[in-house]
Amino acid sequence: MAELPASIDATQQGLRAQGYVAPRELATTAFLALRLARPLFLEGEPGTGKTEIAKALAGLLERPLIRLQCYEGLDLASAAYEWNYARQMLEIKSGALAGGDALFARRFLIARPLLQAIDPQANPVGPVLLIDELDRADEAFEAFLLELLSEFQLSIPELGLIKAVAPPIVVLTSNRTREVHDAVKRRCLYHWVDFPSAERELEILRLKLPGIDAMLARRIVALVQGLRAMDLYKLPGIAETIEWSRALLELNALVLDPATLNDTLGVLLKYQDDIAKVQGSEAARLLAQVEAEVHG
Amino acid sequence: MADFLAQNVMHFGRVLRKAGMSVGTDRVQLALEALRIEGGIARRADFKATLAACLIDRAEHRALFEQAFYIFWRDPDLLGRVLAMLLPRVQARPGTLTPPPENRRLAEALFPRRDAIEPAREPEQRLELDAHLSGSERELLRQRDFETMTPEEWAQAKRALTRLRPWLQTRPTRRFRPGGAGRLDWRATLRAQARQELAPPRWRRPRERIAPLVILADISGSMSRYSRMLLHLAHGLANPAERRQVPRVHSFVFGTRLTPISRLLRQRDPDLAVAAVAQRVADWSGGTRIGACLHAFNRDWARRVLTSDATLLLVSDGLEAGDAAALEQLAFEARRLRLSCRRLLWLNPLLRFEGFEPKAAGIRALLPEVDSHLPAHNLASLEQLVELLLCN
Repeated sequence: MAELPASIDATQQGLRAQGYVAPRELATTAFLALRLARPLFLEGEPGTGKTEIAKALAGLLERPLIRLQCYEGLDLASAAYEWNYARQMLEIKSGALAGGDALFARRFLIARPLLQAIDPQANPVGPVLLIDELDRADEAFEAFLLELLSEFQLSIPELGLIKAVAPPIVVLTSNRTREVHDAVKRRCLYHWVDFPSAERELEILRLKLPGIDAMLARRIVALVQGLRAMDLYKLPGIAETIEWSRALLELNALVLDPATLNDTLGVLLKYQDDIAKVQGSEAARLLAQVEAEVHG
Repeated sequence: MADFLAQNVMHFGRVLRKAGMSVGTDRVQLALEALRIEGGIARRADFKATLAACLIDRAEHRALFEQAFYIFWRDPDLLGRVLAMLLPRVQARPGTLTPPPENRRLAEALFPRRDAIEPAREPEQRLELDAHLSGSERELLRQRDFETMTPEEWAQAKRALTRLRPWLQTRPTRRFRPGGAGRLDWRATLRAQARQELAPPRWRRPRERIAPLVILADISGSMSRYSRMLLHLAHGLANPAERRQVPRVHSFVFGTRLTPISRLLRQRDPDLAVAAVAQRVADWSGGTRIGACLHAFNRDWARRVLTSDATLLLVSDGLEAGDAAALEQLAFEARRLRLSCRRLLWLNPLLRFEGFEPKAAGIRALLPEVDSHLPAHNLASLEQLVELLLCN
């Protein structure tokens, strides 16, 4: 387990070493979250790297990453813990159990992500807990999280209180399907994760695809940034940029021409309406703009 | 000495609170704690990022925070003083600082005494002319005052809810309830067998939940007679008397622009909720740009609130004012809308009239894309209210 970073600069550099190019503001928020032992609440469009930062933090701090993907109807049994009733039943039937009080023993407990994260036995070092897309879970689940996030403890009626010795580092993300309750947000440090600036996106691209031609990378970034300025249903995220760059490398493309762009547009855009909008004259206009930008 | 910084941060928090952000004492305290961390602030931007991380809690407030920050902390030598924690108290003298034109709410929060000093002015009336609209229609940026809702109207809205039920499909969730022949309920079985050796196994099956409902209501001038009732209906749907089997309701109103109002309708009291909407909505009884509003909905909200089993309730008279391009957009966006939900129901108050024919271009553009085109008086409440309003 690594020490917490000593400064914002150290956080930024550490994240970068993990392959995550964080803007200064995000690094500041992450640094504060670590130092204040507060959960980090990240909101933003899909594809801007909210989940990635949890992975990078886990790598940076050399701690395990525990991920809880939220969905509608997520309940305690799948988020925190569940008793292994089938096994209990079998042991009762086979007579292996002596007294009734041994029925609810630790070996019958199935720990789900939340319990794993705060259980001192499973994780003595306090892992990075990623609660992904919290907006998809029900409000009842948020209310349950409140206690967990502030006290880092969970009470199991049959067993008693389980309290984290080393609190986990919590990262919550939301795509804003709905507004997450204020009470949850109040316990967190908030950051809106924006699409990256051209400069940062270029850095990410170089980091992820070290062999990429410098001019091609600049063209790719300029084009994606141009697309993000358009009125589209789904703007391409960072993952799409990288995916598209890979596709172009596969095709041995060195220069962006309208034909290549039209053929590979499906990698960047995920709606037929968006593709139809960009294809053709719009693509040519974008490419001309890209050339002007790269040479100017 | 550090007290000066604390005071300033506290004062800044108060400004934000007055401007409408929910900055509590706990957040201010958190910010102060964050500012004291060793290895923290190294440059001016970090100071801002630190305050932002601690004081903002939702995306819409970022712009407001940004403006407030630059106005409040506009000392050029800020960094040096923050590091030394020697910042003198910011003096908000009315004469020297000018309020930002961008945000009236912020301006009022920062300069609360301005109104007292200056003679009270008439509230500014703005008329915005839109080239897309015909000459007589214009967006009137004003706030409408509502009457309060009568108990009968409230009862009607609730009745309307029960009538709406058959339209809404239920679907299984991942939660369970006892009974039925679903899966074996180990927990209940075990508990029963602990009491009685030969207790029969218990079963459980998935709980059902009503599929989400999205209401898109037109509040333009031509719909104004129905608008208020619609809001009450939306409120009734979102806050039913019995809490069981509540559909998830997302409500939006549109005239010349789209406004999400689900949050405002959460308020328990229907009159307060409707008043909150009236205060929020800027384009009440103005013109209509259905196509543009549907576009905004599709782009910003459809993926968030519409699921494949959602029912979409479009309440509009479909009277789109605009040229051929606007109509084409309307048809296009309606198609998009239909593709993103299970059922698109169009409630049209115009269908009330006998001998109604879909002659208007907007109606003809919308019609092929909706699953049902229903008269608004299918919701008995709407009709009754219309009668009521017509009589008065």
